[in-house]
Amino acid sequence: MSHLGYLLAGWIIAVGVLTIYAWRLIQKGKVLASQVPEHRQRWMSSSQDT
Amino acid sequence: MHSVQKSNLTSSKGTRFMGALLLLGVPTLVIFAFFLSPEDDNMKDAVRLLYVHVPMAIFAYVAVIMTGIGSVFYLWKKSRWWDTVAHASAEIGLIFCGLVLVTGSIWGRPTWNTWWEWGDVRLVTTLVLFLMLLGYLALRQVPANPEIRAKRASIVGVITAINIPIINRSVEWWENNTLHQKSSLTDGKLENLTLFTLFLGLILTGVCYLWLMTHRFRVGWLQTEIENEGAMGVLQERIAESTASSAKTIIKEDGEEEVI
Repeated sequence: MSHLGYLLAGWIIAVGVLTIYAWRLIQKGKVLASQVPEHRQRWMSSSQDT
Repeated sequence: MHSVQKSNLTSSKGTRFMGALLLLGVPTLVIFAFFLSPEDDNMKDAVRLLYVHVPMAIFAYVAVIMTGIGSVFYLWKKSRWWDTVAHASAEIGLIFCGLVLVTGSIWGRPTWNTWWEWGDVRLVTTLVLFLMLLGYLALRQVPANPEIRAKRASIVGVITAINIPIINRSVEWWENNTLHQKSSLTDGKLENLTLFTLFLGLILTGVCYLWLMTHRFRVGWLQTEIENEGAMGVLQERIAESTASSAKTIIKEDGEEEVI
């Protein structure tokens, strides 16, 4: 396969950067979600009165 | 009272489904891009960067257009929801735009024999977009009243989005000042498997954008909730201080008659 170095560099950088960003987003979400009550997390559809 | 069961995540059924789709889809795309799709007559195997560069470029545009839409709606409705959408999309747009520049540069070396060409209008306008997105995000970090901050950012968001049609049309408007070819998607020159792999890349990048957008929106929403809670705490402290000081004044004015 020609230009293999360029191909691998392009693909690894693209997939790698997106994976790292996604991972950091999940971690940040975990930290922030633990500080906010569930009823103020507007996407939570499972909230129910007890 | 609210649910006892507490969730400490920004994920939901929808994002988990999209995540599973990406976990299956990305290896499939790699197989198609590297092994099943044919090489190009001119570019040879370097064409395999098409499947990551072009979808990333298209969704960088989508992200910036979304920032523009969010900004316009914020200026119109003054809604925190739209401001959060605009902010989330700008951050993702910056990452996509950065990757477009990097993968484009890597692709340009074997294809055009250069990493960067200042005379290429599309390269320069894409760099301008990247810098404008950086400026948008930097502006959001400047300490200010949340409403003023959102208003300033929205104005920059709208101006940034205006750049998109210029980048998109640049290869036609300045066709002598670009190394880029006109759209490969519409000229009908791509082979079936190349076209299929490109569409697979587009769909997966779209799912990736939606996944990132959903999580980033929720992170932004939580940040504002915490910021508001902090502001409310300060406000309550001020009210308590003010009440206490006015209570003392009443005692001074009324002398011995009123004791609180």
